[in-house]
Amino acid sequence: MKSFTYEKVSSPAAAASAVVSNSNAKFIAGGTNLLDLMKLEIETPSHLIDVNGLGFDKIEPTSDGGLRIGALVRNTALAADARIRRDYGLLSRALLAGASGQLRNKATTAGNLLQRTRCPYFYDTNQPCNKRNPGSGCAAIGGVTRQHAVIGASDACIATHPSDMAIAMRALDATVQTARPDGSIRDIPIADLHRLPGDTPHIETTLTSGELITSVTLPKPVGGTHIYRKVRDRASYAFALVSVGAIVQRDGTGRVAVGGIAHKPWRVEAAEAEMPHGAKAVAAHLLEGASPTKENAFKLSLVERTLGAVLTEAKG
Amino acid sequence: MATVSFSVNGEVRALKLDTRTTLLDALREHLHLTGTKKGCDHGQCGACTVIVGGQRINSCLTLAVMHEGETVTTIEGLGTPEHMHPMQAAFVKHDGFQCGYCTPGQICSAVAVLDEIKAGIPSHVTGDLNAAPQLTNTELRERMSGNICRCGAYSNIAEAITEVAGRRA
Ligand SMILES: Cc1cc2nc3c(=O)[nH]c(=O)nc-3n(C[C@H](O)[C@H](O)[C@H](O)COP(=O)(O)OP(=O)(O)OC[C@H]3O[C@@H](n4cnc5c(N)ncnc54)[C@H](O)[C@@H]3O)c2cc1C
Ligand code: SF4
Ligand code: FES
Ligand code: FES
Repeated sequence: MKSFTYEKVSSPAAAASAVVSNSNAKFIAGGTNLLDLMKLEIETPSHLIDVNGLGFDKIEPTSDGGLRIGALVRNTALAADARIRRDYGLLSRALLAGASGQLRNKATTAGNLLQRTRCPYFYDTNQPCNKRNPGSGCAAIGGVTRQHAVIGASDACIATHPSDMAIAMRALDATVQTARPDGSIRDIPIADLHRLPGDTPHIETTLTSGELITSVTLPKPVGGTHIYRKVRDRASYAFALVSVGAIVQRDGTGRVAVGGIAHKPWRVEAAEAEMPHGAKAVAAHLLEGASPTKENAFKLSLVERTLGAVLTEAKG
Repeated sequence: MATVSFSVNGEVRALKLDTRTTLLDALREHLHLTGTKKGCDHGQCGACTVIVGGQRINSCLTLAVMHEGETVTTIEGLGTPEHMHPMQAAFVKHDGFQCGYCTPGQICSAVAVLDEIKAGIPSHVTGDLNAAPQLTNTELRERMSGNICRCGAYSNIAEAITEVAGRRA
């Protein structure tokens, strides 16, 4: 690990001034992704700003019937919150399908959204990787691609976003609240937070330099049956090959977001009109324009079949 | 370098450390509490599990300096060979280990798992999210999935935990 200086801040203003006065600073929350990457020198901040003292650790009702989740609320606490379990079961289910009990106790809402890809070539610092080292090439293209993206990828990067929680947030139409170093605040719809790789796979989100996530807001509950189905190589403690997060209403309408197939949570609102017609119709629309490799083409039928299982389960 | 002080197994310890020191390395290399093990150093095995502020975490993926004023319990703090914690005794009784390398992490995790179930925290295999989770074998196995045992002592580990859970209930 490269050496770094460390400070713990107790107000967003202090976090902002720390970010402004240290050009190579990073926020650290649970640390479960950042420290992992720092050990491998994939992340090399020279200054760490510990945000755990900011007090963003509450889940509070909003004036329009939704919930505001503090950026520092731990994954365990969020999944176990009675309101989340009752009204946003999809979010509880997605969180509980991720990582392990130990990791969820540390992992935060903001850190989970901003966790980086699990592409094995990104982790192997001997390999070219445009995300880790812009312009160096992509070792995954032409390599072993079973885990990689089947849609929305580019010639520069075919990595996927690994978060389970983000799939639920996308289906639930969450909004991310942030504070910038100049003191301005803004709301980012979850659909606009993560980027597709394009020519700049190292730029993963629309956050600007030093922008701090303060909370994530859920709109008022939409009812329906909430299901998160994760398909992986072992029954627990593994990332998704494919995951489907769905909210299905009694009349068969609903929403669906898919994980494990793209650089961001994959949701195509127009495809949801097909939900009453079954998984095949939805998948055809959702996966329009997919360009899988030989090794990961199985993900296309896996999405359709997983969605089929989810729709069947929803009928009860 | 930075200073930090936290309580470990009931004793306040003040340390001067390189900021890079993980909680795991602080415990093992600086405090010589070598019960906590380093398996992968990347959050993938659970050998380094300790209990901080009542919650189990991977001590390899957290910095020591981030734990100012907190309370850490390691395997040494749960019990001693003379006065074993019930979970330690149950692991001995049920042969919940072979080489023993994963065992301190398994035991710290198991103690915390029973508290998590008691607190009503659901898991991936909990059927009804709105009902209290049950203490089934499936629940225990899912909740313990963050602790890998290379020797495959899983079924005995599950039996040891089940026995302690039954005694508590
Ligand atoms: C072995 C293992 C298995 C895992 N399995 C899964 C899995 O199956 N599914 C899954 O979804 N995840 C999985 N994870 C990933 C885990 O969910 C993430 O590591 C965790 O959610 C990250 O949260 P954190 O708070 O620890 O983030 P940190 O490591 O603290 O931070 C991550 C990033 O977010 C930034 N950041 C943090 N907080 C803020 C903020 N408030 N504002 C702006 N930037 C911020 C940091 O600068 C950093 O870049 C796994 C991890 C491990 C190690
Ligand atoms: S797919 Fe993306 S993350 Fe993986 S090696 Fe290529 S550029 Fe790097
Ligand atoms: S050593 Fe910490 S999880 Fe393996
Ligand atoms: S007893 Fe050997 S690794 Fe578990």
